[in-house]
Amino acid sequence: MEYVIEMLNIRKEFPGIVANDNITLQLKKGEIHALLGENGAGKSTLMNVLFGLYQPEQGEIKVKGKKVNITNPNIANDLGIGMVHQHFMLVDPFTVTENIVLGMEPKKGVTIDMKKAVKDVKEISDRYGLKVDPNAKIAEISVGMQQRVEILKTLYRGAEILIFDEPTAVLTPQEIKELTQIFKTLISEGKSIILITHKLKEIIEVCDRVTVIRKGVGIDTLDVEGTTPNELASLMVGREVLFRTEKKTAVPKEAVLEITKLNVKDARGVNAVKDLSITLRAGEIVGIAGVDGNGQSELIEAITGLRKISSGSIKLSGKELSSLKPRKITEAGIGHIPQDRHKHGLVLDFPIGENMVLQTYYQTPFSKMSMLNNKEINKKAKKLIAEFDVRTPSEYTEARALSGGNQQKAIIGREVDRDPDLLIAAQPTRGLDVGAIEFIHQRLIDQRDKGKAVLLLSFELDEIMNVSDRIAVIYEGNIIAIVDPKETTEQELGLLMAGSKRKEAGEDTHV
Amino acid sequence: MFNRVQKILIPVISVILGLIIGAIVMIISGFNPLEGYSALLKGAVGDSFYLGETIRQITPYIFAGLAVAFAFRTGLFNIGVEGQLLVGWIASVWVGLAFDLPKVIHLPMSILAGAAAGALWAFVPGILKARFRVHEVIVTIMMNYIALHLVNHLVRYVISDQQNTTERVPETASLKSPFLETLTEFSTMHFGIFLALAGAIIFWLILEKTTAGFELRSVGFNQHASEYAGMNVNRNIVFSMVISGAFAGLGGAMEGLGTFGYAFIHSAFSGVGFDGIAVALLGGNVAIGVVLAAALFGILKQGALIMPIESGVPTELVEIVIAIIIFFVASSYIIAYVLQRFKKGAK
Repeated sequence: MEYVIEMLNIRKEFPGIVANDNITLQLKKGEIHALLGENGAGKSTLMNVLFGLYQPEQGEIKVKGKKVNITNPNIANDLGIGMVHQHFMLVDPFTVTENIVLGMEPKKGVTIDMKKAVKDVKEISDRYGLKVDPNAKIAEISVGMQQRVEILKTLYRGAEILIFDEPTAVLTPQEIKELTQIFKTLISEGKSIILITHKLKEIIEVCDRVTVIRKGVGIDTLDVEGTTPNELASLMVGREVLFRTEKKTAVPKEAVLEITKLNVKDARGVNAVKDLSITLRAGEIVGIAGVDGNGQSELIEAITGLRKISSGSIKLSGKELSSLKPRKITEAGIGHIPQDRHKHGLVLDFPIGENMVLQTYYQTPFSKMSMLNNKEINKKAKKLIAEFDVRTPSEYTEARALSGGNQQKAIIGREVDRDPDLLIAAQPTRGLDVGAIEFIHQRLIDQRDKGKAVLLLSFELDEIMNVSDRIAVIYEGNIIAIVDPKETTEQELGLLMAGSKRKEAGEDTHV
Repeated sequence: MFNRVQKILIPVISVILGLIIGAIVMIISGFNPLEGYSALLKGAVGDSFYLGETIRQITPYIFAGLAVAFAFRTGLFNIGVEGQLLVGWIASVWVGLAFDLPKVIHLPMSILAGAAAGALWAFVPGILKARFRVHEVIVTIMMNYIALHLVNHLVRYVISDQQNTTERVPETASLKSPFLETLTEFSTMHFGIFLALAGAIIFWLILEKTTAGFELRSVGFNQHASEYAGMNVNRNIVFSMVISGAFAGLGGAMEGLGTFGYAFIHSAFSGVGFDGIAVALLGGNVAIGVVLAAALFGILKQGALIMPIESGVPTELVEIVIAIIIFFVASSYIIAYVLQRFKKGAK
């Protein structure tokens, strides 16, 4: 069998972590090959090795049977490898044509031959069925169109092998259908495709073969025909013993957070949260499971007042929050461990002490007659540092100097200490080591046992399954199912997260 | 980014490098750098008269530097200090001329009028930034021109009767001090320096000790986290510009009520406001740094006046030295990099 790309026994290390350990991926000519793995499994690292952004410590890459040394993306380009990134790399004020020819402009003397450029772009777009308006500005076209421009860019550069990094994450269902069609046209024109994804449905629908990697290790490569979503899910997640956090059965009481018919637009003005309703009770942890980009961030931003809602209602213990400013919402009794601790959670240039009072600096005892009371602030900081085991030289150390885990513990200390009725934890353990994860999970459960409501957002199924009392699956901005973690499986969750209906999922799991 | 030691070392090294390169320029141009610099030093602090003049020169630099630094600490770039200084100048003189009051009321009132005018002038770019995200750099630059021509119009047609200067402010609104003048062999030194130092202390107090300053610093470092923490980012932007403008306006009042005692038609910008940017940069946007940087600027500028007479080195050399200092501070990564190399080498 002829392989166009062979990545053999690739090993890539970063300080303290092996991102790729002995992974082999072989791409046949004319196939769509899926690269499947959880967040952080090492998919992107592997593709960046292929694209020349990283150099592997071990292993070799062959293109059409010939050993190659890809030391930078230009070499990858010359070898016919093109990448369609998840986050588009386009110049917004430029036209479609200008973006496509950027860096390889056809020239007439010293000026760009725009006529030829437009003609070339038209030709390629007709040939591959990628309908675009060559003269439209990027800023004025839809996300799906922008993705086509990215694809055209690689084709214009003569790519034979196209890598798609989570291409459907930003697309509407209609656009996804169109993309599937585009894939088929590309294959019929002799191209080969690597599709990076963690959506099982897509793999089953469009791919020929799939390589599964888990925690940096290549698990298996198998034909999609004859496999099931369940098999793929278990390969992706792994069968090893899962660490379970000890917890008593939840005793949910009165409703704390009531969201009804909530609609929220994202930054691009697209409806990210659609008619979403959910109720959280005191004394329970509700986990939000879903693939990134299904409205989770917008939902949390709406609850915390960082994003305006289009319609609907958010009530905390009966009090309407949706029109309040973030400060009033915080004061109403919401704690928020933000998804991005560097962007939202901390002022990195502030000492830990000042970060510990980021929402409360204006209240007594931290402020007296509008003056800061540093003694009280540092006393508070010291107490939280001890209580939450934040490893820092002192409370005067800049937050920037702390490790991620300790930064996160500082944020959790600050939020939990305010003892909010509702604690929102968005990816609270992302990038942390096992010890810190355990600690943080225990703190969330402690809050629950104290009779508080906890909303947990995570992309880690383990975490959702272990910590939550109820799991709400979010898909395309809506809660499509609420399941009991004791009665569900990761396979079922994986299917639900990929948009399968509850019933289908149920049938599959009873095999 | 940089640690504490580096924050202090970088401006100091920049100044030394600036002086060294200035010396090289002098040698190339056929001057003796030792003679040049000693003339400069003599012209700045050589006797009590020169010292008085230098201190007088430092005063507006401190205020201009504080103005730029204050905005910068909130993440804003106030290029409009020049204009705010001019309106502060004319407002203080106007109030000085318009009223007849006892000194205890008249002088503070005139000074505050300068601060208020500067604050108002900076409020415009502040509110435009907060409301409509209009970039403050553009607006403040434009406001400089409006200030220049407005002030000239006021001097000629409103406050004076088609003259190039206004009348002198009466003694009740003057910062001039016969005592300080006698002490410094009749230099133009006035009380302003004490106000400037007090301004630096207030700057420090507001930013480091008050809850308002906590918000300003927080917004300056990280708007997202500040918004998350419930701070009103837009209000802080306006507030920061207003305080910044007030400092600039005070700088103008020092010139109007102290140095000159009147306002006059400016054919071009005074340059003090723009030098304030350099002062703030060199001073690391902290109060004590601004005072020290302003002192250096005052010494260089004042000494430059005597240098050609004593040593023949042209005044422009000081501009070269200042430019090189600013170059090195602005490209501080180069110095930080060399320092790091140096440290590694030592190990």
